[in-house]
Amino acid sequence: MVITVKTLILFTAIFLSSCVNKLHSESVYQSLGGYQKVEEIADNYILEIEKDPVIFEYFKESDVERYRAKVIEHICHHTGGPCEYTGDDMQRVHDGMNITESDFNRGVDLLINAMNTADIPYRVQNRVLAIFAPMRKDIIYRP
Amino acid sequence: MRKWVGVKTMCKCLLNKNLLVTIVLYFLLVGQSIAGQGKLLETAGLTQIEGSGGGGIVPWATISGYDSRDEMSLSVFNTLVFLDDYRLQSWGASAGLFDRVEMSYARQNLHLSASGGEIRQNIYGLKTRLYGDLIYSVLPQISVGVQHKTLVDGAVASTVGAKNNNSGTDFYVAATKVHLGAVGGYNFIWNLAARATKANQLGLLGYGGAKNNDYQVMVEGSVGVLLSRNWVIGFEYRQKPNNLSGVKEDDWRDFFATYIPNKHFNLTLAWTQLGDIADAGNQQGFYVSATGYLW
Ligand code: HEM
Repeated sequence: MVITVKTLILFTAIFLSSCVNKLHSESVYQSLGGYQKVEEIADNYILEIEKDPVIFEYFKESDVERYRAKVIEHICHHTGGPCEYTGDDMQRVHDGMNITESDFNRGVDLLINAMNTADIPYRVQNRVLAIFAPMRKDIIYRP
Repeated sequence: MRKWVGVKTMCKCLLNKNLLVTIVLYFLLVGQSIAGQGKLLETAGLTQIEGSGGGGIVPWATISGYDSRDEMSLSVFNTLVFLDDYRLQSWGASAGLFDRVEMSYARQNLHLSASGGEIRQNIYGLKTRLYGDLIYSVLPQISVGVQHKTLVDGAVASTVGAKNNNSGTDFYVAATKVHLGAVGGYNFIWNLAARATKANQLGLLGYGGAKNNDYQVMVEGSVGVLLSRNWVIGFEYRQKPNNLSGVKEDDWRDFFATYIPNKHFNLTLAWTQLGDIADAGNQQGFYVSATGYLW
């Protein structure tokens, strides 16, 4: 029991200290490596979409130039970079697409691939995912 | 000006180059759309010792397979625990329905090294997710479940003084949450379960005893760190009742490392400390568990 309590305290301490650290440390945008890396991720992501028949189905009618520009702004802005997002809000953008839970996660896998190709470290990738995960509720199953 | 390069164009070049590759690719892609693949890697969890989706010894709120809310899944598992005086095997299967309901069956064989005997029980599990998603919701994913257990032969249970040497049912509620990037950038998972039970040593030694014959609520927990997309390490604790007057029962704990190469398979190696079991003191040993996802 003593060992258990100690271990739990240890885990809690690690957990809390990492939360505190976050307040003082650099933005995710900086950890990613700035604007160039955001562009690289967006370009890789577009390549991933093109390779994936399920996800490409959603995009086949879209204007890729606009998508690239807005997604770069979006990532840059939400990771704490010096950009303004000028696109539409998440609900409006994904209205009528009826994106399933499964396809959403498929999209997440493509984003992970895109970040891997851009040599983004695992620990920075997770912080990126943490920023975008809460947006899922505005994106999936929109009739 | 950037234009989409569609899959159709790509497939055409593949076809020209290599028909076989296209056929293989086709089956891989079609296969994926039928089977439950909709959860993120690692988020289906593992199979716990009683056959429910969970960690190793603790049930989690997760539904056992990789099914999303539009899919179904089927998984099989086999677990071996090599203790000083016993060997416990547990194997079985679990079906996940639309990431909402889990139905499981497990068969446990406890080999008694000294006498060469064996205690066997069947466990039928049912779990349903009430709320949330372990990654995407702000609050944890919450599920409730039952594990109905029937002993194949109650002789040993009677010998150690169990009030019921036939069958029993556990009821539990579990909450599970993944915090992305929370521990220095690593994903952190925790699970907390409360179980109402009368079972002695999972039910292998029957239900209830001279010291206590009522349902008691036991607390069970797991914490883990996802070291990479494929590796998880963690710790679990499971509080146990102590119903029998003749033999003591201790809380269980384990330290585990799990390898999850893909959505078809995972393998867990753990060090378990299970305390006194029947007349054998301080039982420790290795735990090996594999789950295969068929659908
Ligand atoms: C957290 C996850 C996601 C985020 C943050 C996100 C963000 C965005 C952004 C910023 C845009 C551009 C908006 C604009 O042009 O004004 C966009 C467009 C789009 N997104 Fe998403 N998206 C996500 C997930 C998905 C998924 C999973 C799919 C499909 C499976 C998807 C399909 C689309 C499509 C097809 C467009 C183009 C819409 C158009 O052409 O008008 N998105 N998304």
